[in-house]
Amino acid sequence: MRAPGVTSVNGDSGALIRLFHVSKRFGKKTALTDISLDVAPNEFLFVTGPSGAGKSTLLRLLYLAESTTEGQILIDGVNLARVQRRGIPSLRRKFGIVFQDYKLIPSKTVFDNVALVLEARGVRQRLIQKKVGAMLRMVEMGDRGDALPPSLSGGEQQRVAVARAVIGDPKIILADEPTGSLDAAAAEAIFGLLRHFHQRGATVIVATHDIELIKASQERVICLEGGRLQPLPELGARTSHAPRN
Amino acid sequence: MPPAIRRALRDIALNRFLNAVTVVTITLAVIFAGAFGLFFYNVNGLFLDWQRGIRMMVYLEDGISDAQRLDLKFRIKTIAGVAEAVYISRAEALETLKTQLQQQSGVLDHLRGNPLPDAFELTFRPTAHEGPGRLDRIAAEIEALPEVGQVLYAQQWLQRFSTIFNLFKLVGYGLGGIFGLAAILIVANTIRLMIYNRRDEIEIMRLVGAADGFINAPFYICAMLLGAVGSLLGLTILLALYSGISRQIQQSLYGALPTMSFFPWYWCIGILIAGMLVGALGCLVSMKQYLKA
Repeated sequence: MRAPGVTSVNGDSGALIRLFHVSKRFGKKTALTDISLDVAPNEFLFVTGPSGAGKSTLLRLLYLAESTTEGQILIDGVNLARVQRRGIPSLRRKFGIVFQDYKLIPSKTVFDNVALVLEARGVRQRLIQKKVGAMLRMVEMGDRGDALPPSLSGGEQQRVAVARAVIGDPKIILADEPTGSLDAAAAEAIFGLLRHFHQRGATVIVATHDIELIKASQERVICLEGGRLQPLPELGARTSHAPRN
Repeated sequence: MPPAIRRALRDIALNRFLNAVTVVTITLAVIFAGAFGLFFYNVNGLFLDWQRGIRMMVYLEDGISDAQRLDLKFRIKTIAGVAEAVYISRAEALETLKTQLQQQSGVLDHLRGNPLPDAFELTFRPTAHEGPGRLDRIAAEIEALPEVGQVLYAQQWLQRFSTIFNLFKLVGYGLGGIFGLAAILIVANTIRLMIYNRRDEIEIMRLVGAADGFINAPFYICAMLLGAVGSLLGLTILLALYSGISRQIQQSLYGALPTMSFFPWYWCIGILIAGMLVGALGCLVSMKQYLKA
């Protein structure tokens, strides 16, 4: 059975991300069941649902931290089932990932944490200096480049995490509960940044259970519950499996 | 400075004690294995010197005419590897024996005749010592000549020495292998601990799209640097020990032994490279285990 909005497995619908009947099980525990979904280029998508609904698993499947048990995923035309181990780094460079726990390296300065992405791609030091400096100023961390992450507030650390996620100009930004441990003002600032990079052309997928933030925005929403896609009545037409035009 | 070298140096600075233990282990391995190597290197030189100086006695049958003897000398000298064949008549041989026996030479006075045969004393070109059994083949070729009664040279002595020497060599290889393996395992353990200390960082690097080469390079650089420093230290200590000991030996034996020598420079570079390879192998072991996990 074909999910709404899904055309074919060849990826000819123009979607940047396509999921076909994807299921994921960890032993006997089912995390996701029969998920089919299209995400268009430059779309901003919320994935919501209660804790343990499978939001993080869905994102982890996209950047190949996990592999599907059933079904297929296409990213920018690439079938993830066919990506070999050595191909994973180049696939991951399509993504910028923002984690709830920031995942900053505590022994590296703010500058070095952000620069790591470019170093891993073999970018020249002079260009790294220029790009990272500009990026830190953009996320209003220009004067904290020499600071170590443990000395920063949660909001500041998440801004550094966003800077690291977008410094490599990724096609897709994945944010897993990016505001989970932040106060309302800091959360709004992070969303502001994500919207900014969305306006610059990135496709953004945000997994969050912060329904108030979702209500305050006009973006498409998908809701997971018990590992299945469910309609979210209070948001009506915004809860579609296919991208909105 | 390239980021990989910067990260390797930072890792070394962060794990000073661990790295010091690794360097000391490699140093000790180089000293012990190097001491064995140095012993064999010098004994082998001595052995080759003795082999080069070896002479062969070709005893002739009785009743050989002068013409036959000259012809025989010509044929012997045409054998590949023979440098010179000096004729020693039975009379000359008896005189020499008398001189050697000195005060005991009286026992020879009771002999009715001269029991010693005519002989040729052969010396060899360096090529005659190349390859195993070359002298044996020359001896067999000469012994097959009809005018020749017997051929004698220090064959058995050389073979016995060679057997013992080869046995020691085998033990040396075994010990070298054990020291090398111990060094590899110690380096592997050091790198494993470094990886463990940086596991979160490595995970983050992977998530941001860093390739294995980018992640692994600092560990390999670090391990090879440890191997190189350990080898260099080991060689330096070995040279100091060698200088002291060889001076003592030369002084106590009044130069009776041929001059001892340290490893040539290209061997030292080889040992340095071997140390780096040990480091790289240790790192490879850890990386394989880590990537499997």
